[in-house]
Amino acid sequence: MTPMVLAFYAFATTTLVGGLMTVISRNPVHSVLWLILAFLSSAGLFVLLGAEFIAMLLMIVYVGAVAVLFLFVVMMLDIDFSELKAEMAKYMPLALVIGVILLMQLAIAFGAWGFDEGAQGRLAAPVEGGIQNTAGLGLLIYDKYFILFQLAGLILLVAMIGAIVLTLRHRTHIKRQDILAQMYRDPAKAMELKDVKPGQGL
Amino acid sequence: MVEFFTTTNLGIVLLVIGQCLLVLVPLLVALAFLMYADRKIWAAVMMRKGPNVVGAFGLLQSFADFIKYILKEVVVPAGADKFVFLMAPMITFVLAVIAWAVIPFNEGWVLADINVAILYVFAVSSLEVYGVIMGGWASNSKYPFLGSLRSAAQMISYEVSIGLIIVGVIISTGSLNFGEIVAAQDGDYGIFNWYWLPHFPMVFLFFISALAETNRPPFDLPEAESELVAGYQVEYSSTPFLLFMIGELLSVVLMCALVSLLFFGGWLSPIPGLPDGIMWLVLKMVFFFFIFAMVKAITPRYRYDQLMRLGWKVFLPFSLAWVVLVAFLAKFEILGAFWARYAMGG
Repeated sequence: MTPMVLAFYAFATTTLVGGLMTVISRNPVHSVLWLILAFLSSAGLFVLLGAEFIAMLLMIVYVGAVAVLFLFVVMMLDIDFSELKAEMAKYMPLALVIGVILLMQLAIAFGAWGFDEGAQGRLAAPVEGGIQNTAGLGLLIYDKYFILFQLAGLILLVAMIGAIVLTLRHRTHIKRQDILAQMYRDPAKAMELKDVKPGQGL
Repeated sequence: MVEFFTTTNLGIVLLVIGQCLLVLVPLLVALAFLMYADRKIWAAVMMRKGPNVVGAFGLLQSFADFIKYILKEVVVPAGADKFVFLMAPMITFVLAVIAWAVIPFNEGWVLADINVAILYVFAVSSLEVYGVIMGGWASNSKYPFLGSLRSAAQMISYEVSIGLIIVGVIISTGSLNFGEIVAAQDGDYGIFNWYWLPHFPMVFLFFISALAETNRPPFDLPEAESELVAGYQVEYSSTPFLLFMIGELLSVVLMCALVSLLFFGGWLSPIPGLPDGIMWLVLKMVFFFFIFAMVKAITPRYRYDQLMRLGWKVFLPFSLAWVVLVAFLAKFEILGAFWARYAMGG
C-alpha cells in the first residue's frame, strides 16, 4: 500500500464518519464540529487529487468562515431537542423518499459513467503544459469565462442586498455611537485636571 | 546512508520527522525566551522589574513556569463538555504549529515547498478561531462564552482585510509561494526593493490586522481582564492553559514571520553587498515581536463597537481599493514595473 492510498483511505474514512456523526449526533454543536471534520477531510481528498487550490479554498471559505457562522448561531440556540426530534419524526417519510430518489440518481449517474483510458493518467495532473493549478484556474475564470464569473458575483450581490433589506430595521430607542463626534471632542473641554495633594481629598 | 533516507519509505518518514523537529525544537525554545522578553518589555515600559528571580536576570522564568504548568492538576469544570473542553487547547496548539510547515527560513530551507503556501497559512490561521470558540462554549460558563463570541466575530472581520492585503502582494509577485515572493523582492537597492515601499500603507494595515487576528492588545477583547476576567481561558488550568498560551504566542511569532516575508524581504539583507541568510529573517522577526510587545504595553484597549467599525468600515474598503489600484499599477507597469515583479510569467 503506497502512502497515497493509505492517505486516501484515512481521509475517506474520516469524511464518512464525520458526515454520519453530523447527522446522528444529539448535540447540535457536536454536529457542526463533526461537519468541520468532514470538510477538512474532503480538503485532504482534494489535495490527493492534485487540486490544492480548491482544497485551500474549501478550508478558508467553508471551514474558516461558513462553519464559524454555523457554530456561532448554533451555540446561541436554546432549544429542547427531544421536542424537535418528535417534530422531525413527522417528516421522516418525506425525507426517506428524497433520500431514496437521490441514491437512485447517483446510481444511474455512476452506472452510465464511462471512463476513458487516457483520463486515468491525467487525474494526478489535470492541467497540462507545466502551468500551475492556481494560474490555470485564474486564466480560465478571469480571461475565458470572465463575463460568467462577473454575473455569478452579481447574483450573489443581489442575494446579499436582499438579505440585508429583509433584516434591516431602524430602532429609535437605542443610543448610537457617533464616532466622528467622539473623535473631534476637545480634551480641554471634556475633562479637568486637578492637582490633588497626598492625604487630601477634592 | 543517504540512500536510506531518500529512497526507502521508513527513511523518508524518519527524515521528515527529523526535519520537523529541527524546525519545532528551536522554535519552542525561542518561544520561551520570547515570552520572557514580552514580559520584560512590558515591565520596562511600566517601570517595573518584571521576572528577575529564576536564573540570571530571570532568564529561566519561562522554564520554571513550564514545569509548574505541566505538574499542576487539570481541573475540568463540572458542567463542561469534557471532550470539546480538552480538544480546544490541543486544536489551538496544533494549528499554531502546523502553519510553520510552509514558512521558509532561508532560500530553500522549508519543510513543504508547496504552490499555495500563502493560502495554506491563511487557511490555518483562519481555523485558529475554533480553539477559542470551542474552549469558550465547552467551559459552560458566562465569561468564557462571551469571550468566545467576541473572538469569533473579531477574527472573521480582520481575516477579510488580511486576505485582501495578501492579494495585493500576490498580484505584485504572480505567485503564492513564499520563496518566489521573497525572490521577487531581491534587487540592487537592498531595503528599497522590498514590498514595504510599493505596498506602503498596507504594511500598517497588515500589522494592525495581525494584532486583531492574534487577539493581542489593543484588540484583546476576547480575554479582556477588566470585563471578562480572562475570557475563554477562565476555566482552563495547568497543561490545557499552557497549550492555549503557547498557541497564541506561536501565532504572534507566525505573524512576525509573515510581515518579514511579505513586506520586508525575508532573508534578504537590507544593505546591498552583505550576504543574505537566516540571521536577517530572525532579526526582522525579533524586531517585529518587539513592536508587538511595545503595542501591548502602550495602547489602551479598544471598545468593541470601535473594533468592528475599524475592521469593516475602514480596513475593508481601504484594502479592497488598494487591491484594485495595485492591479492597475501592475498591469500597466507604471514606474518601471514597480508593482509588477513577476517571478513567473505573470
